[in-house]
Amino acid sequence: RFVGSLGTIVIKCKDLRIIQLDIPGMEECLNIASSIEALSTLDSVTLMYPFFYRPMFEVVEDGWCSFLLEQEFEFLSSMTNEWRLSCVNKEFSVCPSYPPVVIVPKSVDDEALRKVALFRHGGRFPVLSYFHKKNGMVMMRSSQPLTGTNGRRCKEDEKLINATLRSGRRGFIIDTRPLNVAQQARAKGGGFEQEVHYPQWRRIHKCIERFNILQESFIKLVEACNDQSHNMDRWLSKLEASNWLTHIKELLTAACLAAQCIDREGASVLVHGSEGTDSTLQVTSLAQIILDPRCRTIRGFESLVVREWLQAGHPFQQRCAQSAYSNSKQKWEAPVFLLFLECVWQIHRQFPCSFEFNEQFLIMLFEHAYASQFGTFLGNNEHERAKLKLPQKTMSLWSWVNRLEELGRFQNPLYEANSLVIWPSVAPQSLQLWEGVFLRWNRPSKFLEEAEEERINIIKYNKELQAKVNVLRRQLAEMEMNEEVQGNP
Amino acid sequence: VENVRLLDRLSSRRAVLGTLYLTATHVIFVENGSETRKETWVLHSQISSIEKQATTATGCPLLIRCKNFQVIQLVIPQERDCHDVYISLIRLARPVKYEELYCFSFNPKLDKEEREQGWKLVDLNGEYNRMGVPNNYWQISDVNRDYGVCDSYPTEVYVPKSATAHVIVGSSKFRSRRRFPALSYYCKGNNASICRSSQPLSGFSARCLEDEQMLQAIRKANPGSDFIYVVDTRPKLNAMANRAAGKGYENEDNYSNIKFQFIGIENIHVMRNSLQKMLEVCELKSPSMSDFLWGLENSGWLKHIKAIMDAGIFIAKAVAEEGVSVLVHCSDGWDRTAQVCSVASLLLDPYYRTMKGFMVLIEKDWISFGHKFNHRYGNLDGDPKEISPVIDQFIECVWQLMEQFPCAFEFNERFLIHIQHHIYSCQFGNFLCNSQKERRELKIQERTYSLWAHLWKNRADYLNPLYRSDHRQTQGTLHPQIAPCNFLYKFWSGMYNRFEKGLHPRQSVTDYLMAVKEETQQLEEELEVLQQRLANLQKSQSGDNKVKSKQQDRSKQSGLYTSNNSLANTPQEYSNDLKSFPSRSPSQGDEEDSALILTQDNLKSSDPDLSANSDQESGVEDLSCRSPSGGGCLPSEDSGKDSDEAVFLAG
Repeated sequence: RFVGSLGTIVIKCKDLRIIQLDIPGMEECLNIASSIEALSTLDSVTLMYPFFYRPMFEVVEDGWCSFLLEQEFEFLSSMTNEWRLSCVNKEFSVCPSYPPVVIVPKSVDDEALRKVALFRHGGRFPVLSYFHKKNGMVMMRSSQPLTGTNGRRCKEDEKLINATLRSGRRGFIIDTRPLNVAQQARAKGGGFEQEVHYPQWRRIHKCIERFNILQESFIKLVEACNDQSHNMDRWLSKLEASNWLTHIKELLTAACLAAQCIDREGASVLVHGSEGTDSTLQVTSLAQIILDPRCRTIRGFESLVVREWLQAGHPFQQRCAQSAYSNSKQKWEAPVFLLFLECVWQIHRQFPCSFEFNEQFLIMLFEHAYASQFGTFLGNNEHERAKLKLPQKTMSLWSWVNRLEELGRFQNPLYEANSLVIWPSVAPQSLQLWEGVFLRWNRPSKFLEEAEEERINIIKYNKELQAKVNVLRRQLAEMEMNEEVQGNP
Repeated sequence: VENVRLLDRLSSRRAVLGTLYLTATHVIFVENGSETRKETWVLHSQISSIEKQATTATGCPLLIRCKNFQVIQLVIPQERDCHDVYISLIRLARPVKYEELYCFSFNPKLDKEEREQGWKLVDLNGEYNRMGVPNNYWQISDVNRDYGVCDSYPTEVYVPKSATAHVIVGSSKFRSRRRFPALSYYCKGNNASICRSSQPLSGFSARCLEDEQMLQAIRKANPGSDFIYVVDTRPKLNAMANRAAGKGYENEDNYSNIKFQFIGIENIHVMRNSLQKMLEVCELKSPSMSDFLWGLENSGWLKHIKAIMDAGIFIAKAVAEEGVSVLVHCSDGWDRTAQVCSVASLLLDPYYRTMKGFMVLIEKDWISFGHKFNHRYGNLDGDPKEISPVIDQFIECVWQLMEQFPCAFEFNERFLIHIQHHIYSCQFGNFLCNSQKERRELKIQERTYSLWAHLWKNRADYLNPLYRSDHRQTQGTLHPQIAPCNFLYKFWSGMYNRFEKGLHPRQSVTDYLMAVKEETQQLEEELEVLQQRLANLQKSQSGDNKVKSKQQDRSKQSGLYTSNNSLANTPQEYSNDLKSFPSRSPSQGDEEDSALILTQDNLKSSDPDLSANSDQESGVEDLSCRSPSGGGCLPSEDSGKDSDEAVFLAG
């Protein structure tokens, strides 16, 4: 992104950096500017960097195959046998934004799934998102039901989601839209689950904003963060006016609610909004961060991103095309994934010892979602990725990240596995702006980096000592053994 | 009073039943039922306001707000009892004589010698020597020997050598409350200094030859520079208004070679209201994000903090980079001047960022120069208009700097919070009275104990694990960022929502690193012991049998030692280490910190059964214990969810 003027090119990057180049010679400057313009707004995906990028490192593990749903299912099978893998979407014919395989209740056959798909927006029928080992409760996600104004119903849909309930138990449907929005959606053929048809379910409406509202908020916030004035009042009012932290709070609250229903209430949960590709995924993935210690490890988090974002069909290419400095209004642009990452950071800040990865890891994911040499975040869903032959033609981000050389940078030195559910506070006093992203290019980071280094050193030194002491102890024990053998022949 | 309910602010459903005791010094609430019988202790001197609310069906609610930002809500079943408690607390919370304060009855069981040692811990003479005075330019003046010139100044004051007693006395007559320019900080490296005073009594045109000579003398004491800055920390409007009352500010025309500068820090009344507004925001039951941010902005609190910091940064820059001396004043020169001088000193000199140095700094710029602790913090019943969070703001400035320079300070956040607590607690004599003169008259040092000694004794709890004296960040002058887009001034929930544990990060990096460091130290010791024993063993194996058997005896003994120590390496033990300080209970004669320790207790050991890392996880466990399992009751640390609950109960 850039604005050119009189020998100066200002390049505004998607990672919120602003670079200013002074170029002698007006004509040269214009030429460079138009080249950058052209190159940064390529029309065709296949002309993008990932298709030309040749890795300079040895690929140990192909990231494209690192996180297959089959593995996840295997893990699930070790805990329960009530679910099955369905290949009903093998040709992407039932639901274009779903992956070829999905996990559904065992008692529901593919034929029923096809019918349910017709009853859900975009064919996104309810599928398993998370199984809570502790009490066997589950979280599912889908899109809105197409009830329309005349209250259509679908027996198979009801049967499908009821199949996830234990007898006599109730479940919760978390609709990420406020009630009035959900009601309005009926006029356009959408809608929500009526109590009469879903008597075992309680519906809860949350208010998670979407699309342009988020994007505007993002733009305002970034603008506030680049305001060089020294005025405190102005800064605070701009921060407030951006509403960014309000979105964070709403989102975290909804995720906590979902987690609460599962862990505290012992109930199963179905989450959806309209399309089920944005706010739904934010809620289901954050709830897993709260509930599942596995998701707080590096590999577990990667797997979560793959499952709940990439395979679940979050349209990265549409949402992460321009970032905050876009001049033209992009209809599909929205910082949905960034909001999710920031919420993870907020939880991370409150539980700094419970995550295997550090802040840098989250920032790295933010960068790569917007611009990357890897093909991972290209395309809007698995179907498009398959058509582009991304696994064959581009390198996976995970192939790079999961190498030992890189992993070191993303590890949290304070990590100690915490098997508990972590409940974050969502009070305004507990939430802060993510300086690591928004003030990244403005604040001097030297002192903070030094502090991080110091933390690493303290812990490293401790571990070294521990190792040394253990070696000596063993030696001593051996020598004492010998001693005793010699002493009492 | 029995059957009193202590309400939890965030959720009315969570209340505990217990008994309320009023003693001569504390309000004590003891929980019924639970085995631990958790106790909440509040010092009377911490009470800032008591509010009796309308009686409800369940009883008579009483709201106690404390100066350390604790808010306690009690419901007393009988209205009459409630009224009695209310009346007694009002009396107890507002003592009229110094002798009624806790520090005169507080006895940490130290003998006389230890007490005297404690008072000697911070030595201002030593501090001025450390700065490098007296020297060729500066000397101690004894003009104020018997507080004859200025009763709010200390007896020993450093002034330029060229300023004669006549000049000093003359200058003092031209300054509010006779607070003449005196040395606050001297920079050995370049002879630049920070001096402080009150405003000149210049009115619209008055001038004073001696005062002009005094400023001249300050300039001459810094031969490297041909002018000095005179910094008036007030907004220009306020300073001009003062002229009508015969006070005002220096006229650049009358003084040779001064550069005059207004800084614009608001007065104590504005600050008091600002804090009040911010606390109202903190007390909101379930604020939305924009309620909170709007309230924060509207209170202006962070703006004021920034103004103080900016002033400090300006002065530090003048001294360190330009090598120019600065004279700082406001109106009386004991509030804003103290804030600004101490922030500047802190930025300039790494010593003040150590634990000892920070005590010295408060002793120097606040206690000795007559900051009116009694009036500002309402220790005795007095004019409510005199109360203002002046030193609280300074303490917050330090915290904001710690956020920006995580390795630069030897102490941690807890140190600051405990100092703030004790400024109000009146448990130690340090902060009593309004001036050195009053303290001497009361014989404070003979009758009370020093906080500094107490903090120093427990210094292990207050260390910043990231601090290393040889680290780059600990050296030299700090250059903080000033624009909000470069550095965020944050709301300090650790202070202002100190007692709402639910709002804070559930795992403390500082505590974790402190535990790791402690373990590291144990490991170092063990390593040494092991190496020694290995060496001995190797020697003995080559020696004869006699030696061997002796050696074995010894190794058996030390074997015991190591087995103890090896336990220390399992996580189990290091959580005990961590718990060892909260478990200092009041009954162990270490009563001094009761209120604090109890809160630490709450913070740290909500569930003693949890092993090892539980310490970091206790917050988690605490939360999960909170929600009763039945009745569709969701854990409600967040009331946003409460409203949802309403939805789905009704739905």
